[in-house]
Amino acid sequence: MSSPILKLVAQRIALGVVLLLAVSVLIFAGTQILPGDVAQSILGQSATPESLANLRAELGLNDPAYVRYFNWLGGILTGDLGTALSSGQDIATSIGGRLWNTLFLAFWAAAVSIPLAIGLGLLAVRYRNGWVDKLISGLALASTSFPEFFIGYLLVYFFAVQWQIFPGISTVYDGMPFLDRMQAIALPAAVLTLVVLAHMMRMTRAAILNVMQSAYIETAELKGLSAIDVIRRHAFPNAIAPIINVVMLNLAFLIVGVVVVEVIFVYPGMGQYLVDHVAKRDVPVVQAVGLIFAAVYITLNIVADIGAIVANPRLRHPK
Amino acid sequence: MAGTEPKPELLLDIRKLRIEATVFPPGEAPKNIVLVHDVSLSLKRGKVLGLIGESGAGKSTIGLSAMGYGRGGVRITGGEVVLNGRDIMKAGKRGIRRLRGKEVCYVAQSAAAAFNPAHKLMDQVIEASLEHGTGTRAQAEKRAIELFRKLSLPDPENIGERYPHQVSGGQLQRVMTAMALCSEPDLIVFDEPTTALDVTTQIDVLAAIKDAIRDTGVAALYITHDLAVVAQVSDEIMVLRHGRLVEWGGTQQIIKEPRQEYTNALVSVHEITHDEQSPGEAPFLSVKNVTAAYGTGGPKVLKDVSVDIYPGQTLAVVGESGSGKSTLARAITGLLPPEKGTVTFDGRPLANRLADRPKEDLRQLQMIYQMADVAMNPRQTVGTIIGRPLEFYFNMRGAERDRRIAELLDKIEMGKGFSDRYPAELSGGQKQRVCIARSLAAKPKLIICDEVTSALDPLVANGILKLLLGLQKEEQVAYLFITHDLATVKSIADSIAVMYRGEVVRYGPKSKVLAPPFDDYTDLLLSSVPEMEIGWLEKAIKGRRMESAGN
Amino acid sequence: MLNIRRIPIPALVGLVLTALFLFAAIFAPLIAPYGNGQIVGSVWEPASADYLLGTDNLGRDLLSRMIYGARITIFIAVMATALSFSLGAILGFTAAVLGGWFDTLMSRFVDLLMAIPTLIFGLVVLSVLPSTLVTLIMVMGLLDSTRVYRLSRAVAVDINVMDFVEAAKLRGEGTIWIIFREILPNALSPLISELGLRFIYAVLFLSALSFLGLGVQPPDADWGGMVKENKDGIVFGIPAALIPAAAIAALAISVNLVADWILNRTTSLKGGRG
Repeated sequence: MSSPILKLVAQRIALGVVLLLAVSVLIFAGTQILPGDVAQSILGQSATPESLANLRAELGLNDPAYVRYFNWLGGILTGDLGTALSSGQDIATSIGGRLWNTLFLAFWAAAVSIPLAIGLGLLAVRYRNGWVDKLISGLALASTSFPEFFIGYLLVYFFAVQWQIFPGISTVYDGMPFLDRMQAIALPAAVLTLVVLAHMMRMTRAAILNVMQSAYIETAELKGLSAIDVIRRHAFPNAIAPIINVVMLNLAFLIVGVVVVEVIFVYPGMGQYLVDHVAKRDVPVVQAVGLIFAAVYITLNIVADIGAIVANPRLRHPK
Repeated sequence: MAGTEPKPELLLDIRKLRIEATVFPPGEAPKNIVLVHDVSLSLKRGKVLGLIGESGAGKSTIGLSAMGYGRGGVRITGGEVVLNGRDIMKAGKRGIRRLRGKEVCYVAQSAAAAFNPAHKLMDQVIEASLEHGTGTRAQAEKRAIELFRKLSLPDPENIGERYPHQVSGGQLQRVMTAMALCSEPDLIVFDEPTTALDVTTQIDVLAAIKDAIRDTGVAALYITHDLAVVAQVSDEIMVLRHGRLVEWGGTQQIIKEPRQEYTNALVSVHEITHDEQSPGEAPFLSVKNVTAAYGTGGPKVLKDVSVDIYPGQTLAVVGESGSGKSTLARAITGLLPPEKGTVTFDGRPLANRLADRPKEDLRQLQMIYQMADVAMNPRQTVGTIIGRPLEFYFNMRGAERDRRIAELLDKIEMGKGFSDRYPAELSGGQKQRVCIARSLAAKPKLIICDEVTSALDPLVANGILKLLLGLQKEEQVAYLFITHDLATVKSIADSIAVMYRGEVVRYGPKSKVLAPPFDDYTDLLLSSVPEMEIGWLEKAIKGRRMESAGN
Repeated sequence: MLNIRRIPIPALVGLVLTALFLFAAIFAPLIAPYGNGQIVGSVWEPASADYLLGTDNLGRDLLSRMIYGARITIFIAVMATALSFSLGAILGFTAAVLGGWFDTLMSRFVDLLMAIPTLIFGLVVLSVLPSTLVTLIMVMGLLDSTRVYRLSRAVAVDINVMDFVEAAKLRGEGTIWIIFREILPNALSPLISELGLRFIYAVLFLSALSFLGLGVQPPDADWGGMVKENKDGIVFGIPAALIPAAAIAALAISVNLVADWILNRTTSLKGGRG
């Protein structure tokens, strides 16, 4: 590892931090500057002017926007996400367990879909233009066109209602045994896997094909190497970077998918929590959860970029 | 070779080779085309056969068939390829794999793309030897280092530890030759190995390849479009056209007494006679002390450049890539405003920036590009392309415009039937002609020609040069002719500016610039232009005073 | 030019289905057997001769709801796509041709917007905005225009460096000519195929929002909203929610097939020699 790489990685991380700050501004502005008054939405249309004014003062709504932003940001940086308007509960406490639930679900979906997608992507390249390849592009088309809830309810209808193999509602609680928990998340994890799988396969296939069309692959073939050796020694080392990129991009899709999937299966995670509180117009919760989602998303993108930088031989071995 | 049975004297014998491919023309059913029509050739052990022809002649396809390889869906559908006494087409997949990299090796045009960026050079150079078990790792590495030394690579002991992107293009091409030689094959296929290099680098690499072939006694198929280059390395030359054999004979016979008309045309391609015109009393365009850089504070791409252009004459600007010759064109046209210096036109200074120039000034300076493909909007017809300057500068419409378009098409020796065609339906030479017509439509005083013939096959390029000269006489237009090819310069220039690293190192009338005494760089450049003469390469290398840039 | 026999079968299927959906959307009141909110039977009746797709959670005719749902779904998606497209393409082209500070500013801002997953940012904004048709269209259109911007800018930058554009600049042509006569005709094929993809994305985005209860509000319903209305039936083995969900999938696939075909067809036209 040499210094130009470290420098690039450091730059990328710094850029990510700046981006995250800018995103926090955007999320704050999106909920504050647009029409709609928090006090009004808490108290409803019938509130008296005095009670509105009192609540505004209590919430600090009379301060200028930038003061409120820095108070909010300062709170977040010290772990204080504020209190929910609708329930009066501390947001950080409510989020703790839910964040863990969401990560648990996303982790298992990723653990199944990534190896599967890369394996099938390789298969599609190996049998290019054959029926395996056609099937995979067909699936990819379907998966980009199917809404999550279509796949979700289809699975529920058959696996939970007709055959009763897995529960249709994913109830989890603290101290639940691991196997029970796995059974509970089987269907939501399957939906998430199906949502990202085909897309990830298609992108993996494209990344490897791109490498396979390079002149150095021809060189390797003309040295008399077997097809396996050509792929293993010459294609694979150059395909790592694009594949890391593909994987990370799809994990980012997963983040969005998780919101809908949690609602389908009534799974107590971050997505459900966010949707509930958007409906209740509970701005502090929406801000906090939105920022957490954005942070995860940005982090994944940074990891993807760093992976690409580290895997690039031109950067690893500078002139 | 004691103990093994003697190998046959005839190394490669290709008989009635037929190669086909399936093409998918847009909007039509796929169809089969024949790329190579029943070509036969034979090559004795240790000899070099040059395969020469224009693009589409099938020369690379034939070369690769010696390895049983078809690029991108190309199929060998007939004939035999007999290598070392057996037909490799009958050897099966494994059999073919066993001979690739062992009996036959390949050197590609672009070594930069042909090396895997993820591995060290040494690992790639010895890979084939290890794969085919021709020696231990230590033996192979030792041999590789010897080859690096023979090919005069710098620091032969350690260059193998580098990655491809850490080595220059000329050096990479030599490493690729070492890679091909490392497994001690009987035959190497060289596929345009020096075409992508600058002229001054080209002859070094050519000489290195020639020495290596001689010292190792390997046989070679040398594929190129440049007859003068192939004449330096080959024992015999085979001329191909449209996938058919035109002529096959000894090198001396082909270049001195060609028997076919086509071969004769290739040999005499540079013989255009153009008498130098003496500069008139006053230039109409002067570049005075121009200095330019990309971005503020960037390295200076042009340093204090001054040249003059006289009415109806041609100034040729020669130099290698990175010499700043194209940047000079950008400075004159206003695309890259110079930092210092001025461009005067008809005695008054031209505005530095393109946006500040009046339409009339823009009309007077027209430009023709190297890649005619991308110089025309693919969504416009030839008529629209040529007609637009007429509308734009002269407000010509309707029948008057159409008449003028027909006239211009006539001038570029194309019929008015081409008016409704799209660029994609034209050949390379026709596209360049349309670009010429478009610039003529503006009735300019100066046309800047930026490498306008370097993407074309020699015969087509020749036609374009003749057309340009003819038009100059008719229209009294001046040319600023930018090129890296000294042969072209000799054919058409009235005065010449030689550029090197952003500076004009030699400037004057053609007869003076091309007459001794030379400065070092001009000498290097002139001595690097391959001549159709056996033994020229050795003389050129011996007579050099300066190292080429690629080293 | 356009020979019906040359259209590949998948594209033909896509074209027919898309046309069918459009027809249903436009002539909804004429072809729907019952009114949109009309309660005609009991809850979740199975399919029968009277109610071809059965009834929904309130006893309304599902087929009629589907036909009206097509209208709302397609209307909002078309409007949002039109907004995102005109905004994104115009800004993207302008940024590519002008360059300089305008390009930098726009591109950084778009980077920023794209650093937040679209659905999440949509939810954040909808938490304070009223759920009306106009807000929905605006939010969807604006958020999605970032993608159109990226694509049109990238395409235009590629074309802008081509010699024929430089030739036009040297001739003295103005920005308008360069954008509309030189760049746009060459950018059309990727953009048209992108138009299809953006439309699909709008349909899916709208459906997701409505499914989460934040899109089209009752008593009106788009297909996503209908899935939400009927989802509780699933656990009792009543597949009513699957019908609108399948309709969304069918619409998305048909448009996808058409877009794929257009892309292939136009790129091969551009090919030419070499």
